[in-house]
Amino acid sequence: MAKLTKEELIKMYSQMVLIRLFESKIGEIYGKGAIPGEMHLSNGQEAIAVGVCANLRADDAVSSTHRAHGHMIAKGVDLKKMTAELFGRKTGLCKGKGGHMHLFDPSIKFGCGGIVGAGMPLAVGSGLAFKRKGLDSVSVVFFGDGAANQGTFHESLNLAALWKLPVIFVCEDNRYGISVTKEMSTAINSNADRAVSYGIPGVAADGNDVAEVYQVTKAAVERARKGEGPTLLEFTTYRLMGHFEGDPEVYKPKEEQEEALRNEPIIRLEKVLTKEYGVNVEELVKIKEARQAEIAEAIKFAETSPWPKPEEALEDVFVEGGVR
Amino acid sequence: MSRILTFAEAISEAMAQEMERDERVFLMGEDVGRYGGIFGTDVGLYDKFGPNRVIDTPISESAFIGAGIGAAMEGLRPIVELMFVDFFGVAMDQIFNHMAKITYMSGGNFSVPMVLRTAIGGGYGDAAQHSQILYSLFAHVPGIKVVVPSTPYDAKGLLISSIRDDNPVMFFEHKLLAGLDWLPFGVKGEVPEEPYTIPLGKADIKRSGKDLTIVTASLMVHRALAAAEKLSAEGIEAEIIDLRSLVPLDKETILTSVAKTHRLLIVDEDYLSYGMSGEIAAVVAEEGLYDLEAPIKRLAVPDVPIPFSHPMEDFVLPNEKKIYAAAKALVQE
Ligand SMILES: Cc1ncc(C[n+]2csc(CCOP(=O)(O)OP(=O)(O)O)c2C)c(N)n1
Repeated sequence: MAKLTKEELIKMYSQMVLIRLFESKIGEIYGKGAIPGEMHLSNGQEAIAVGVCANLRADDAVSSTHRAHGHMIAKGVDLKKMTAELFGRKTGLCKGKGGHMHLFDPSIKFGCGGIVGAGMPLAVGSGLAFKRKGLDSVSVVFFGDGAANQGTFHESLNLAALWKLPVIFVCEDNRYGISVTKEMSTAINSNADRAVSYGIPGVAADGNDVAEVYQVTKAAVERARKGEGPTLLEFTTYRLMGHFEGDPEVYKPKEEQEEALRNEPIIRLEKVLTKEYGVNVEELVKIKEARQAEIAEAIKFAETSPWPKPEEALEDVFVEGGVR
Repeated sequence: MSRILTFAEAISEAMAQEMERDERVFLMGEDVGRYGGIFGTDVGLYDKFGPNRVIDTPISESAFIGAGIGAAMEGLRPIVELMFVDFFGVAMDQIFNHMAKITYMSGGNFSVPMVLRTAIGGGYGDAAQHSQILYSLFAHVPGIKVVVPSTPYDAKGLLISSIRDDNPVMFFEHKLLAGLDWLPFGVKGEVPEEPYTIPLGKADIKRSGKDLTIVTASLMVHRALAAAEKLSAEGIEAEIIDLRSLVPLDKETILTSVAKTHRLLIVDEDYLSYGMSGEIAAVVAEEGLYDLEAPIKRLAVPDVPIPFSHPMEDFVLPNEKKIYAAAKALVQE
């Protein structure tokens, strides 16, 4: 595998930092009660979002889960509009109707939802559409190790394999499905092994190493673009936060958390950049500051945006003039 | 002896006592073990009964709800937890075509003595896939009993009855009643320590009155009670019927009340069309029409998914103010 250039890695670092800082800030604001509903953050999982999406073009589709902020940022969302949606404002991506778990943006071909395992069939559908249209676009679906136990996982893999669709199944193994560990819910060690039964490649890799995530995904994307069909990827990582904000996390051993903090992807990448690529620390600080400023601007935009009018609740159930 | 318990504590106590009484009773679902249930309803059970009787399942609702059915057919008495009712779709076939129908299809050769517990309701910005009520959907399919408690006392008694019932029972617990710190509202109330049952199919008159009847269930019982206080200050006395179960439906209590008050308001946190509110209206139109002095009024979610943002969510959900206004308008008709 060719080593990534310094510029490529810096770009990925910058994206990862944006996700981390954004989510930490959102967690803080949520804690004060300014954001409705539940809040699932992806701290610790940034390398997967960024390493995967760095392979994607604007015309590739991404489908995600309840833990979608990172994926959406990595796919290139307008941060202001996304933030406004989290705050329930009219200027948000979905006019305040979707919120944190239901973020949709056709301009970056992105959708997500709160039903575990539900993204996979939809991703099969976009893959099918790309193939029918004769495009070389790919469809990527993110899901957790917990979701890999849903029937939709098995049915979708079979369909995608059978029809040789350009779908990349990206399983993020962050050890937990809420409080239930992977060992308590899945009888095998790696979900990538399940690919065998569908006759497609399955690859297990380190999800805290952004370069590795990038390279492994690259091979899968190339294969899909060439019309050779789907790939199942499983990246091991760790959910540094609770399942949702406010989770008492009584089920998580402390030593495990400490170990995970030592191994988290941003610190790891900083070490690589400074030690192997000769990047100096000030440069990294500058990147962080620039990202902080961007986040502050997005939050200000959201906070000063108008609320939707109550009666707007009645709009969008159906498309206007829905006969074509 | 009674003590004050939260709604969630009452539910957990009902399960604990039934598990002590009957070896065949066990609980399974997502995060019911060490976590104690996302809405706190299973706290203490894992420590008391261990992993063989309080089973954390993978996120595989179709498989574990189906497994509950199979175990029940084999004579066990499973309590299965579906974390939010909104997720029923991933296991709909097991619920609708198997849990509900096996007794009938087998000509009574098999029974399915299982309780499927699930959390319902909105009001805290959890949006379209985590805020639904949907009890009417299950009440529509023959073969499932549908229980919807509103107080800790009712929750314990109705749950014990549901566990002892030889039929499949769906038991709907409103999140805002549970009494968790991170959720608004929450109810506490007196609950006897010893086990007791409340018959399924018997509505409860939570407040008696002479000027109009308000039929409702779950969280909306509390909203209606609050509205009734305000109405009372203005000399309007509302009678509030808490259905407690949609199947069986206590038509008698509703019709008797309407015969007394001559006016009916139905308050439902579910979607308006084709649901509970329509059913109650139809029952009264068919069997009590001549008792009415004004058209029946319904207050429910206006056939839109539950929106995320507060101003819009408030707009679609029934609440104290809307119940007050609707009741007042009805009395003045
Ligand atoms: C069908 C369905 N079942 C249960 C849930 C509740 N739930 C939300 S997230 C979650 C855990 C998901 O675990 P995993 O897929 O590993 O993703 P992670 O949260 O670890 O990112 C559960 C059980 C749901 N949203 N949808």
